[in-house]
Amino acid sequence: MDNNWPLWEVFIRSKKGLSHKHVGSLHAADADMAIENARDVYTRRMEGESIWVVESKDIVASNPSQQEELYDPAKDKIYRHPTFYDIPDEIGHM
Amino acid sequence: MNKQQAIFDLALWMGDNTLILGHRLSELCGHGPILEQDIALTNIALDLVGQSRMWLSLAGEVEGKDRTEDDFAYYRGERDFTNVKLVEMPNHHWGYVIARQFIYDAHHLAILEQLVDSSDQAIADIAAKAIKEVQYHLRFSSEWMIRMGDGTAVSHEKAQTSLEDLAPYIKSLTLTDEISTFAAAEGIGFDAGRVEQEAWATMQKVLEEATLKLEPSEYYHKGGKQGLHTEHMGFILAEMQSVVRAMPGNTW
Repeated sequence: MDNNWPLWEVFIRSKKGLSHKHVGSLHAADADMAIENARDVYTRRMEGESIWVVESKDIVASNPSQQEELYDPAKDKIYRHPTFYDIPDEIGHM
Repeated sequence: MNKQQAIFDLALWMGDNTLILGHRLSELCGHGPILEQDIALTNIALDLVGQSRMWLSLAGEVEGKDRTEDDFAYYRGERDFTNVKLVEMPNHHWGYVIARQFIYDAHHLAILEQLVDSSDQAIADIAAKAIKEVQYHLRFSSEWMIRMGDGTAVSHEKAQTSLEDLAPYIKSLTLTDEISTFAAAEGIGFDAGRVEQEAWATMQKVLEEATLKLEPSEYYHKGGKQGLHTEHMGFILAEMQSVVRAMPGNTW
């Protein structure tokens, strides 16, 4: 029997305007506790100002064994990168 | 009696309470039931010790005898500490630690809510910084009181017994004496009656949800502020002060 609390994945947004980034996981009995634990474990050095948690079992992941069929076809489509345009000097960095 | 003495008295009492409770919690570092709660308690310990540094530094400033925060923390004997006995209570088990914390947090927050408006700017500044931390402490301990009380039969029983064991130590947080009454009248300190009322209202609201019971104890401990402590205090100081007393003035 598994006596552990469920596992939760933690996402932290470091500041406004950026997106939440996965920072790790932790154990908690429910969502409220997961938020509090995340606050205590992952934001004690001012890492962020917003927390998302989601139970690890609710994450749907792509299948590693399908690596080739999913990602290889993008390798020879270099025209999808916007690198063929001349950017006028006045625009500066884009 | 003057204002300086009133500020000193209050700063020392706040500093001693936060120091001893912070030390008690720090003893649990590496011993929490799971990693996440271990870190949570250690965070709270750090908050409290940080607050203690501000209070004891303030005490040293207004006293004017060149005593530093470290002099107060490390070079005083048991009879010179003014903390309440509640914060000396040992870390028997998780339920007991949380119950002790919950009682302290409810009072701590009610005290700081008044001190942020203190007529003394230094006190108001420290309270304003501390209050955000203490709001979180209370949230944390309240959550756990509810989880334990409304949890399993065993967790309920442990939480209930802890509250009953600690009940006689609650009143000491709102006892008054001549100098604290003067501080309250001058707007420097806090009105203990109001703190008591607010803290109990806070506690009862949470405990109702937790299906736990707590009544004011007819008999209660006093004496902490006068330097009379429980048998635990000497051991706390022995551990807390041993390194600095073995190597006075050492730094790293």
